[in-house]
Amino acid sequence: MNLFKLAYRNLGRNRTRSLLSSLAVAVGMSLLLLMASVLEGEMGGALQNTIRLQSGHIQIRPGSYEEGQVSLKWEDLIAEPNQLLEKIKALPQVTAATPRLLASGILTLSDESKGVQIIGIEPDSAANKPFRDGMLEGTFLSADDREGILVGNTLAQKLSLKVGDQVNLLVTTSSGTVDEQLFTVRGIYTTRTPGYDENTVFLPLAKAQAFTVTENHASTIFILLQNDEQAEAVAQALQSSNYQVLTWRDQNALLVQFEDFAGAYMVILYLIVLAITATVVTNTLVMAVFERTREIGILSAIGMKGRGIMAQFLAEATLLATGGVIGGLIIGGALVAYFTINGIYIGDYGVSGVLMGERIYAHLTMRDTINLAIVTYIITLVASLYPARLAARMEPVEALHGAGV
Amino acid sequence: MEVTKVTNATRIFKIGEVETKALRGVDLSIENGEFTALVGPSGSGKTTLLQLIGLLDKPTSGNVFINGQDATNLNRNQRADLRKNAIGFVFQFFALIPTLTAYENIEMPLLLNGTRPAQRKARVNEMLEAVGLSDRARHRPDQLSGGQQQRVAVARALATNPKLILADEPTANLDTENGKQVMDIMAKLNKETGVTFVFATHDPRVIKYARRVVTLRDGLIVENNGNSSK
Repeated sequence: MNLFKLAYRNLGRNRTRSLLSSLAVAVGMSLLLLMASVLEGEMGGALQNTIRLQSGHIQIRPGSYEEGQVSLKWEDLIAEPNQLLEKIKALPQVTAATPRLLASGILTLSDESKGVQIIGIEPDSAANKPFRDGMLEGTFLSADDREGILVGNTLAQKLSLKVGDQVNLLVTTSSGTVDEQLFTVRGIYTTRTPGYDENTVFLPLAKAQAFTVTENHASTIFILLQNDEQAEAVAQALQSSNYQVLTWRDQNALLVQFEDFAGAYMVILYLIVLAITATVVTNTLVMAVFERTREIGILSAIGMKGRGIMAQFLAEATLLATGGVIGGLIIGGALVAYFTINGIYIGDYGVSGVLMGERIYAHLTMRDTINLAIVTYIITLVASLYPARLAARMEPVEALHGAGV
Repeated sequence: MEVTKVTNATRIFKIGEVETKALRGVDLSIENGEFTALVGPSGSGKTTLLQLIGLLDKPTSGNVFINGQDATNLNRNQRADLRKNAIGFVFQFFALIPTLTAYENIEMPLLLNGTRPAQRKARVNEMLEAVGLSDRARHRPDQLSGGQQQRVAVARALATNPKLILADEPTANLDTENGKQVMDIMAKLNKETGVTFVFATHDPRVIKYARRVVTLRDGLIVENNGNSSK
């Protein structure tokens, strides 16, 4: 008689209870998978959003740059960014590098106005792909457009802007004087990041430079790489005393910290879920021990040692855990698959400095799946140790009389 | 040769502040091949004595010997090993594992002592034959009558070829016919294989089978003699 065959039969004595226990493990594991995938999707999504829309993998900033600063003073700008661009583009890891000019402005339509960040972009750069791909109406900017402006759909909705509408844009130029000009809405874009789309407008770089009187200067050189992990090495290669080379980590310290904090917080949630699961398993097996006290006495009387009796209950826990983990992979896998495709709508919800999309798309790695399955398995087995030991420690004479421990 | 010996054994149970002296100093020696009944009224100590001999319990004082070995101070695992190899049990309640078939119940002690599969199979079938239940091998306990269940228990007790079988009120839950069948089988096996049977009972139908009757009262042996009716 195989240990597991006997365990299977014992679990079959009370099928409903065994199924519910296994289901508890399955639900616990599904929750873990879902939580892990949503966290991974949220953090990964926010990070990728921030990298592709705001920080890039690397930015080259003037030596005087301070975090969050938007200044059009000559000393706060990079002169001749094209010279630097050649050197940057020669690096094999670089997929896109483009100068950008950043300025603060006020956009006015009739009697409504809104503070915006103006970004002067080279329209043809591959770095603008997220905006080009996100065009909802109208056309993207062209490099020689002298009157066109691109606005986000959230801003367009708030100000009831349509393609072809004229808006007044007001900026403080590099010399400190205020200038304003009428621009025509060429297109409306979305990045699916409401906070970004509400506050950011694009001008062609040349026009932005002319408008702000910054000639051929740029605020930053925005660089994208093949992957996130190349940032440190490329930054090292570009180091210079003339300017600052900031990786995405340097620029998104808050996000990185937030990710660490969320990770730690999630561990606590994992433990709570696992503790509940473990309690159900412990409870099931403790009930089984008390129901089978006399049988434990019989087995003990015919010579089964404590460790044999313990193995019996551990085998039952192993089957419960196996069923639960398989069930968890199926249920959790289905939930994760659904939210990976459809996402969870969160709307315009974000933390300052972190660009959250309007949906969180679950993302689960194979490593996380395996780790969580193993953890669930181990916790379930650990939870069964107490009832198994309880059974193993019964004195045969007391167990035979159904007195147990 | 002595299969088991108990010397000056006492057993005191403490429930709260109350002490109950179940055995007050018992000396008993059982020779190989005996068919002995421990008799006495309820509370006389016969089941307690049987449990001490079966190493299911430890005496408060005194000693218990199995096959000449002092088993008094053995630890749990050592007692389990000795039970597995030297002692078989038949209980008052039909002490079978409900999830196992008759075959598997008899096989269990053989699994525990590591008997090889082929020998195991042969031995289980032999025991089923001996108790007249070959045609019930694949039945689970709930598909067997009380008498059949008790016969499976007898077969299981004998499976590992122990020298000593301890039976606690083996016919208490059986009707006359089934009780007789079980006792006939045990008496037959005793005669044919020489295995020693010690049973605790107050059933006169069982007592008449015994070749030796040990009478207990208030935790002491008050009579110890051969059965005049045999």
